[in-house]
Amino acid sequence: MFTKRTSLIAGAVAASCLPSLGLAQSADVTPLNGEIGFIFTTFMFLVAGFLVFWMAAGFAMLEAGLVRSKNVAMQLTKNIGLFSLASLFYYLIGYNLMYPGDGWSIEGTLGAFGPAVLEAVGLADTEADMTYASVGSDFFFQLMFCAATASIVSGALAERIKLWPFLVFTVLLTAVIYPIQASWKWGGGFLDAMGFLDFAGSTVVHSVGGWAALTGAIILGPRIGKYTKEGKTVPIPGSNLTLATLGTFILWLGWFGFNGGSQLYMDTAGNVADISRIFANTNTAAAGGAVAALILTQLLYKKPDLTMVLNGALAGLVSITAEPLFPSLGTATLIGAVGGVIVVLAVPMLDRFKIDDVVGAIPVHLFAGIWGTIAVAFTNPDAAFFTQLYSIVVVGIFVVITSAVVWFVLKSTMGIRVEEEVEINGLDMAELGMEAYPEFGRS
Amino acid sequence: MKLIIATIKPFKLEDVREALTEIGVRGMMVTEIKGFGAQSGHTEIYRGAEYAVNFVPKIKLEIVVESASADQVVETIIKSAQTGKIGDGKIFVLDVGQTVRVRTGESGTEAI
Repeated sequence: MFTKRTSLIAGAVAASCLPSLGLAQSADVTPLNGEIGFIFTTFMFLVAGFLVFWMAAGFAMLEAGLVRSKNVAMQLTKNIGLFSLASLFYYLIGYNLMYPGDGWSIEGTLGAFGPAVLEAVGLADTEADMTYASVGSDFFFQLMFCAATASIVSGALAERIKLWPFLVFTVLLTAVIYPIQASWKWGGGFLDAMGFLDFAGSTVVHSVGGWAALTGAIILGPRIGKYTKEGKTVPIPGSNLTLATLGTFILWLGWFGFNGGSQLYMDTAGNVADISRIFANTNTAAAGGAVAALILTQLLYKKPDLTMVLNGALAGLVSITAEPLFPSLGTATLIGAVGGVIVVLAVPMLDRFKIDDVVGAIPVHLFAGIWGTIAVAFTNPDAAFFTQLYSIVVVGIFVVITSAVVWFVLKSTMGIRVEEEVEINGLDMAELGMEAYPEFGRS
Repeated sequence: MKLIIATIKPFKLEDVREALTEIGVRGMMVTEIKGFGAQSGHTEIYRGAEYAVNFVPKIKLEIVVESASADQVVETIIKSAQTGKIGDGKIFVLDVGQTVRVRTGESGTEAI
């Protein structure tokens, strides 16, 4: 993504093109030439925004399918809870912290404090930036990215974390941690000034969710029974691979908005062509990741592993997210395929360290996110390898330290882990008093 | 009267049912079970971690017949359920003390 909130000079010029106020509401007004770009870009943000919104459904289904049936209702509660809290706190704190415009609290490092404010109804008395899009559409679109970051965390920590401490973490992640680091790049902060490139957020979104998930998974510890005393990994199969597959396809669909919308402009033929390139590259990278995982699991384990193929598709998507525009279709496929390979190798590697990641969020979002961010240097002539690497490390250190502080404070105050008996009986009955599938099992 | 208990491979159920119907068996009870014998389970891999499947899915048949036809039923099950590979199953033949038809109260071979 390029820096948002272009200067207001363009807006002042554009203001003279505004229709008079009364006419703005009537249906027979032909858009002025100066408004057409604004209209198309705004429309594009709204469509891309609701596609990214739909990714919340994808995460919910993927996670519901990969946890055991005794924890499904809890996992769904966490998903709708985190999305809604992200919506509120990105509005109250996050948005202006991420996009301070000229109002940085510390130049290039810490944004502005204050809730998001939209334009007046009908753009009344508003000097709208006619070269860009409405603030409402920009806010709506950006909010969805923030919520996606929080969704990444819930899957990794499933089946053992308490509901309320998890939601408190979500609030701090979406109000503070995500927006601050995102301002460094997308808000025009110091990483952006250095020339760091991250088109739609392999680092800014995915690795941030991944770092927070990794930190949480280490502090929280593995699920009971996941690793034996001898150090062997005990597989805990998910309850419903149909839902997991549906969730993956939903995420795949949403990603067209995630990457396509990050072009940020749809006001010229060139931009529309670029968005088209991005859609096609995004799709082929996912396919590359899925096929790589399909073949690799067949070779390594003699049978393909569906859950790995699903993770492979998502890793392909994460890998292409940092630069979905420049690569050719062939290169995009390869970038995605490397993501698929990373996942298949990284899942058992995390198990060796006894880091229990229920849905594979850390390999998919963190490891493939790092790979995707590095891969920009191979396809975009403006990218500098060491700037990419530096930015990955800076963002990583910031997120690991801030989330570790939050997790440790939560651990010593509210406690983050359910009782042993609760974990074994399932979080659904113990914490919610309801089950996702009450007609199975106990009647 | 004899009770014949047979465990077979699940995919052979239809063949066994057809063969038994052809020789005049008029009823059977079928249960999905898990167990192990000489085959003693196998290993699978989920997300890169190997795990043991200790109990293998099987189908259990329970058939009550007149003593005179027990051998023929056993032969028919063997013929129709056999693959020659490990895990084809077992057959047990037990004596039955009494049989009663609930609807009519008939008992003995009449009730089979």
